[in-house]
Amino acid sequence: MKKASIATAEHPFIRILLIVLAVTFVGIFVMLPLAVVFAEALSKGLGTYSHALMDENARSAIKLTLLVAVIAVPCNMIFGLAASWAITKFDFVGKRILITFIDLPFSVSPVISGLIYVLLFGTHSLLSGWLERNDIQIIFAVPGLVIATIFVTFPFVARELIPLMEEQGTEAEEAAVMLGANGWQTFWYVTLPNIKWGLFYGVLLCNARAMGEFGAVSVVSGHISGLTNTIPLHVEILYNEYNFAAAFAVASILTLLALFTLLLKSIIEYYFPHEIKALH
Amino acid sequence: MSIQVRNISKRFGDTTVLDDVNLDVRSGELIALLGPSGSGKTTLLRIIAGMEVADGGTVLLDGHEALSQKAGERRVGFVFQHYALFKHMTVFENVAFGLRVRPKHERLGDDEIRRKVMQLLTLVHLDKFYNRYPSQLSGGQRQRVALARALAVEPKLLLLDEPFGALDSKVRKELRRWMRRLHDEIHITSIFVTHDQEEAMEVSDRVVVMSNGKIEQVGAPGEVYHSPANSFVYDFLGNYNIFEGWKDTEGNTHLLEYEVKEEEAIATQNTPRTPGWISRYPEISGLLHKIIPSIVPHARALLPQQKKKVQRSPQHEKPVKLFARPHELFVVKNPDDFEYIWAKVIHVNPAGPLVKVEMERRNGSVITAELPKEVVDMLAIKKSDTVYVRPKNTRVFEDN
Repeated sequence: MKKASIATAEHPFIRILLIVLAVTFVGIFVMLPLAVVFAEALSKGLGTYSHALMDENARSAIKLTLLVAVIAVPCNMIFGLAASWAITKFDFVGKRILITFIDLPFSVSPVISGLIYVLLFGTHSLLSGWLERNDIQIIFAVPGLVIATIFVTFPFVARELIPLMEEQGTEAEEAAVMLGANGWQTFWYVTLPNIKWGLFYGVLLCNARAMGEFGAVSVVSGHISGLTNTIPLHVEILYNEYNFAAAFAVASILTLLALFTLLLKSIIEYYFPHEIKALH
Repeated sequence: MSIQVRNISKRFGDTTVLDDVNLDVRSGELIALLGPSGSGKTTLLRIIAGMEVADGGTVLLDGHEALSQKAGERRVGFVFQHYALFKHMTVFENVAFGLRVRPKHERLGDDEIRRKVMQLLTLVHLDKFYNRYPSQLSGGQRQRVALARALAVEPKLLLLDEPFGALDSKVRKELRRWMRRLHDEIHITSIFVTHDQEEAMEVSDRVVVMSNGKIEQVGAPGEVYHSPANSFVYDFLGNYNIFEGWKDTEGNTHLLEYEVKEEEAIATQNTPRTPGWISRYPEISGLLHKIIPSIVPHARALLPQQKKKVQRSPQHEKPVKLFARPHELFVVKNPDDFEYIWAKVIHVNPAGPLVKVEMERRNGSVITAELPKEVVDMLAIKKSDTVYVRPKNTRVFEDN
């Protein structure tokens, strides 16, 4: 971080005012809700808390969330690597368009992206006849959740890697090739070590979003308890059932996940600031 | 490895980068590709390496067509301008890389690799640094690691893209002298790209001067410098002054505007001559000859000059541009009856082996001369002085 300049150091009164304002905002809008989540979750004691988490539907929601993340995150990691490799290491027609489309999930509301898949794979869709004949259920089932999650989270890895790989250029890869390395060796021994922290950072953000995604997943899930409810959807159901303590208990898992992600993220940013391009 | 480049052409979009380039490199030669940026020299190097594909033409390595071979199969070592070291690997691992990625049946054992890498690191004087990372080395050291890494795969051809371009001038001079010596030791055919004429002259066996995707001249450094094929080569290899002149019917060149002692509109033959002031002081010229033999001819050579009046006959005059390097000028304060140009000294820079004197002509154009310090001291040339300038050696290019 750049050291503050003396030229922009305002009068002490203004300085204090600005600092207090910022701290108050963070306190009210971030810290307070965070505290409330844990306070509410534990309001009826540890027994209720653990009971809420051990509940069959809760356990199934956690399992489903993990399953979706375990499929979606590696998919997007491979996609992100492939896309950034293609975009930064060679020229092809439609490169600009590909870059634009990678950004699409960031600019489209998640609800819309969920709806797209309902229209594509749902009961009255173009593909519904074929899907029914082959007994494939996508919407209101696990495949739908995975597809929607992949869609929403696919920019994270690519967005992180493209600027990083662009900056690193192709010289090291060219050097490796000139020394006789094949494509796989070049990737494994030269490219990957140079981008691993950037990749890890992208995967981390991708994972956080994959586990926390609500909108797109909500549209395609059908909210079948014990079957198609992920953690965020389960929280909503519990809350709508006025089961506040349980809702907050399950929510606290997501909160802990967020805090853990934040911690890892800060560690990477601190030790490898140069490789974190998404920040700049 | 001998190289034949045959009719190579390359375009990037609308720009022609290489235009029907032909070049022969003999086995064991050290060649400099010299040219300004955008002249196509790096592209030519990359095509020979196999990192770029030519639009037309072919490259023969040892007589075999090479364009169908992949970069890694050509047994070519490549050194990049910005080193392109693997920054997550130690110096040792960098050099060992080419040996480690070989297919299993060709791969050497670990001990063999270690022995070979250390041998190469000794060659480039970096054996003590084998455990360091590239970020812990200076620019010159990094470039030497890059060179050792390229040599590890026992290439038959070494290509270097502006190998010293990113280094400061002192390290650069050291490293290029070192590279010359290394080449004399290992005799590997080498081509290096540079835009620095001094570097090209100092290091290479032959210089290939390029501009706008074409080869302008190929020759030994002395040949290229002293008999430039055209005005581009002359221009690129050093500073110069241009004088308006004309060619008489006998093909001799004369200055168009000059001044001699009043009323004496005498133009003389353009044969090499010694200026008047030296003839008047033979003992000084003898002394100067000892110090700088190439510039001041010995007193013995100072014979009485044959004068010949040339009548200016405008109908036969052919206007020409006369080129003269800064060290090819005579500067005097009292002109004799040769063709001299009046000029006023505007700047004297005594730093360096020769004193640089900048002068302004009546028509406002600036003449730069490089004179031995002794001459400047003797004539007491200083700012605002009036002097007379005469090129002792001029060139005329047909393409101009």
